[in-house]
Amino acid sequence: MNKLQLSSKYLSLIVTIFLFFLLFALGSLKFTGFFSLQNFLNLFIDNAYLIIMAIGTTFILIAGGIDISVGAVLSLTCMLSAYLLEMKHLNPFLVMALMLLMGAAFGLIQGALIHFFKMQPFIVTLAGMFFARGMTAVISIDTIDITDKTYELIANYRIPVFGGAFISISVVIAVIALLIAAYIAHFTKFGRTAYAIGGNEQSAVLMGLSVGRTKIGIYMLGGICSTLSGIVFSFYMRSGFTLHGLGMEMESIASAVIGGTLLTGGVGSVFGTLFGVLIQGTIQTLVMFQGTLSSWWTKIAVAILLCLFIVMQSLLTARRIRKKSQVLKSDISHT
Amino acid sequence: MSETSPILTMTGICKTFPGVRALSNVDFKLRAGEIHALMGENGAGKSTLIKVLTGVDKLDAGEILLDSRSILAKSPQHAQELGISTVYQEVNLCANLTVAENIFIGREPVRAGKIDWKEINKRAKKVLERLDIEIDVTQTLDTYSVAVQQMVAIARALDISSKVLILDEPTSSLDAHEVKKLFEVMRKLQSEGLGIIFVTHFLDQVYEISDRITVLRNGELVGEYETALLPKVQLVSKMIGKVLDDLSSFNKDKKTTEDARRETPYVSAKGVGHLGSINPFDLDIHKGEVLGLVGLLGSGRTETARVIFGIDKADCGEMHVQGNKTVIASAGDAMKHSMAFCPENRKTEGIISELSVRENIILALQAKRGVRKYIKRKEQEKIADDYIRLLNIKTSGKEQLIRNLSGGNQQKVILARWLVTQPDLLILDEPTRGIDVGTKAEIQKLIVRLADEGMAVMFISSELDELLRCCDRLAVIRDRNKIAELTGGELNEEVVMHTIAGGENNAGA
Amino acid sequence: MQGLKDRLKRWSGSRLFWPLVGLVLVLFFNLIFVEGFFSIEMKDGHLYGRIIDIVKNAGCYMLLAIGMTLVVATGGIDISVGSMCAISGAVMAALVGGELSGIPHHSYGIAIAAALAVSVVLGLWNGFLVAKLEIQPVVATLILMVAGRGIAQLVTQGQIITVYYKPYAYLGSFTPGLILPTSIFIVAIVLTMALVAVKKTSLGLFIQSAGINRTATRYSGINVKKLIYMVYGFCGLCAGVAGLVISSMVKAADGNNAGLGYEMDAILAVALGGNSMNGGRFSIMGSIIGALIIQSITTTMYALGVSPQVLPVVKAVVVISICLIQSDDFRRVLADLFKKDGRSQHEQVAVKL
Repeated sequence: MNKLQLSSKYLSLIVTIFLFFLLFALGSLKFTGFFSLQNFLNLFIDNAYLIIMAIGTTFILIAGGIDISVGAVLSLTCMLSAYLLEMKHLNPFLVMALMLLMGAAFGLIQGALIHFFKMQPFIVTLAGMFFARGMTAVISIDTIDITDKTYELIANYRIPVFGGAFISISVVIAVIALLIAAYIAHFTKFGRTAYAIGGNEQSAVLMGLSVGRTKIGIYMLGGICSTLSGIVFSFYMRSGFTLHGLGMEMESIASAVIGGTLLTGGVGSVFGTLFGVLIQGTIQTLVMFQGTLSSWWTKIAVAILLCLFIVMQSLLTARRIRKKSQVLKSDISHT
Repeated sequence: MSETSPILTMTGICKTFPGVRALSNVDFKLRAGEIHALMGENGAGKSTLIKVLTGVDKLDAGEILLDSRSILAKSPQHAQELGISTVYQEVNLCANLTVAENIFIGREPVRAGKIDWKEINKRAKKVLERLDIEIDVTQTLDTYSVAVQQMVAIARALDISSKVLILDEPTSSLDAHEVKKLFEVMRKLQSEGLGIIFVTHFLDQVYEISDRITVLRNGELVGEYETALLPKVQLVSKMIGKVLDDLSSFNKDKKTTEDARRETPYVSAKGVGHLGSINPFDLDIHKGEVLGLVGLLGSGRTETARVIFGIDKADCGEMHVQGNKTVIASAGDAMKHSMAFCPENRKTEGIISELSVRENIILALQAKRGVRKYIKRKEQEKIADDYIRLLNIKTSGKEQLIRNLSGGNQQKVILARWLVTQPDLLILDEPTRGIDVGTKAEIQKLIVRLADEGMAVMFISSELDELLRCCDRLAVIRDRNKIAELTGGELNEEVVMHTIAGGENNAGA
Repeated sequence: MQGLKDRLKRWSGSRLFWPLVGLVLVLFFNLIFVEGFFSIEMKDGHLYGRIIDIVKNAGCYMLLAIGMTLVVATGGIDISVGSMCAISGAVMAALVGGELSGIPHHSYGIAIAAALAVSVVLGLWNGFLVAKLEIQPVVATLILMVAGRGIAQLVTQGQIITVYYKPYAYLGSFTPGLILPTSIFIVAIVLTMALVAVKKTSLGLFIQSAGINRTATRYSGINVKKLIYMVYGFCGLCAGVAGLVISSMVKAADGNNAGLGYEMDAILAVALGGNSMNGGRFSIMGSIIGALIIQSITTTMYALGVSPQVLPVVKAVVVISICLIQSDDFRRVLADLFKKDGRSQHEQVAVKL
């Protein structure tokens, strides 16, 4: 019995990793040229921004929250960077630092509203999304191209790896972000408190953990990830545009969920999320290689996966909840 | 044992909540190496006393001495730092974290900027070994039973440093085997000189494990007794006590068993039970009688009612209504058979707080009639007015929101909600709890009148007096089993208490 | 004097008071700053003018808001309505077909019926996830939100189907012989349906009751699960109708962009209508006014030459303000501004214990 429950805990993650390799193997068998190191690395190059964004989303989901403003914040970051670089001619590194600062401030405000006023995270971040999207348009309705030399250099720089294959600087940033995130999640009090809050917020309070500070901190982390993701995205697109990152919040959440993050909080890992992103990337590549299939199949496939994982989670937790409700029932009759 | 000096002394504790005097001048003493049971029925003040001690509530007057030093805990954390730890019935840990982490979270040893997991696991293992528990501490908490989870909670409490350990209803969700294990741990800690406060409502467990018993009733101290010298029956009578109210004015003509047996029962449960809440039981309820369910808190009274009303679907046995076999799987099913159920917890299960008195009253009738047969506004108002008058509900009007009414009047609205449906069987779970004496008497009279008019009434209460006064028959529930039915001459305090206490015969009252 | 005060108090206590004040303020602003805002003229037997435009364009918001109000009243939320709009429009357009000759593949009636049937089924799917599998509403409807765009494109084969069949455009603009835009009549029909269901049957009472206290409602013999199915199903229907109007407005079905972001506006309309986002008491008329406010602001911005893409900033500020006012904690914090956070946290623990 115990063994069975144990495996169910990691089931999501195992299924995810297995699924990724299955998809990749499928592609390799079906299409020539699919199985190459560069094609594998391209998954990282094309999705570096999503990896970074999904890291933030993962933390927020682990702590039992949700953030749907991330796509809009990415868009705002691209636009504001473009504006500051092209119109104000600021130092590119200063711009990047400013963006990260903005992300932290954005998260701080959202987190504070959620924590202090007990507002629903969904509603608060919905407003955050409106706000960021609107501010993007306030700066400029038209596309601003980024012609800054530093950005161009970073965007085009290829870091050679084994056998002629290469990665981009964005990938390096994403990998570093991933490692830092894993460290935070596993080896810091802040990270562990986030898990505890997601598991049972009331217990976390009773155990004397600093719930408020951690919750706000998590949203700040989410904001920083969104803006970092926006910086990487601006390397990728080299422009600011009001429609950048439209609906990306859903891709980000989907990555985390497919990666085994429990939407009810308390369970999840950034490495799972990485595979969640890679699976989506692989599906996209598969659809591309197929040629005759259209891009909407990616959306449907992702949604089906999302649905499967959510239903699986709900069924896995149903048993636990049933157990709990019995305890609760007897609790009610005693109070 | 009395020569041991107390480690914890509480004297003259007073606590008043708006409108309620929760504790008045209560004393409590705990000695080192002692397991001290804190007993009392609902509203006796047990939990308030614990809350005051652990800093959840502020006390109004009184003094708390720990190791002869005056203390005043500001919060549960503060209390824990002082050496007073509490383990609640509902385990307050995070099920998604590992056992080791649950013990150490918030106090993790850090080495070179990293949490030292090896150290945590090692120490956790050691702490649990102290409790004679050997489990894999790297597994998440939810892989283990509630019993083990509770042990982990105890381990956490002990590791934070503890002189006094409070166990608040720790056995409610444990099975017999798990209880045994818990008791072993408690004895071990006792032998190490820890003082343990044990709050429970299971009498047998109190006698099995505790050295002393302190009984509270209505916020007052009844007394402190050595367990070995206090017969169970006396304990029960001390807990239940006498309730003074103005009820001497009426006396019910009891129906005899013969009267009842002649007719088919309105509802008859045969071997019905629900896993984990109430073991299979037989129960007949006849029209025109008041059947009381008596038993201590948590014995399974409410659970019995829930199964009959279909809120918990029975997972064994058969239900018969007017002699016909039927399945009752939801409240809606029960209502089709003309049943009604006033639940125990008014706030969470009864009132719809943001709706008006009128809407609250017609809710069940509307549910019974169905969605399309909407009761006309005029009729609604008439029904509401009628019942406000009939039950003497004190409200500024039928459009007043129910949350603005007093507890007693809210209860009457819920009663009205069900009376409107003109039920043949009315189940009342603690309808008189937490309401003033006058209203109490009104409700009791109403119960008797309804039965006289031919309704079958099932009446659950913690107050023996009112049960004895109103009921024709009593079913006794103990430790999730229905153990006896009492009628006629058996309906007196002594017999009931004996039965609740488990047939022990050394009565001394 | 006293009587006036009382009357004023009664008015301001009404659920519709603040939404109406909001709408009046927006219109008043237009009266002063936008020339000819209220002028209406007659052309080809139809009425034209900014006010007519507002009502016409607010049509889909109103439709979505009607369904969303009921979902929110049960304590839920549906973020898939935008995607459902896209699917419904796609189904209708695909069945009518994009023949240049303007000859429909299937009869228009069948196309509409099919689109609405699909929408109801999708709504029931949401209901299934929420009621049966007990998944949080945001998460449950997220699935369809993501999948919906894909499904819509699947239906249209990834293309934007442009429909040349004449009557196709009626829903989104004018029907010959009618003075007012068709969407007004559609809203009137759906609104009447909803109001009848809510006021003339006991559904309204049950929905409120379930949104306030689910357990007590269940104990009173009400089948809460069935209720949730119904509400999400109806929300799907509303989204479907809105999808038809949207598709008809542009005489095309665009799986990617039809109804994009409309779920957010629908939720905003509900919030603007004075409804509690936590469920319970609701007012469909309030949400209708909320939808009108949103559209009025949009139209005003057009009239003033401000890009409507800036609008979200205004919406964000409005949403946060409304939610702050609804938050008990905010009011308490205002009351004791100087108390520390830690203190209030302990108080909450005490309450929960």
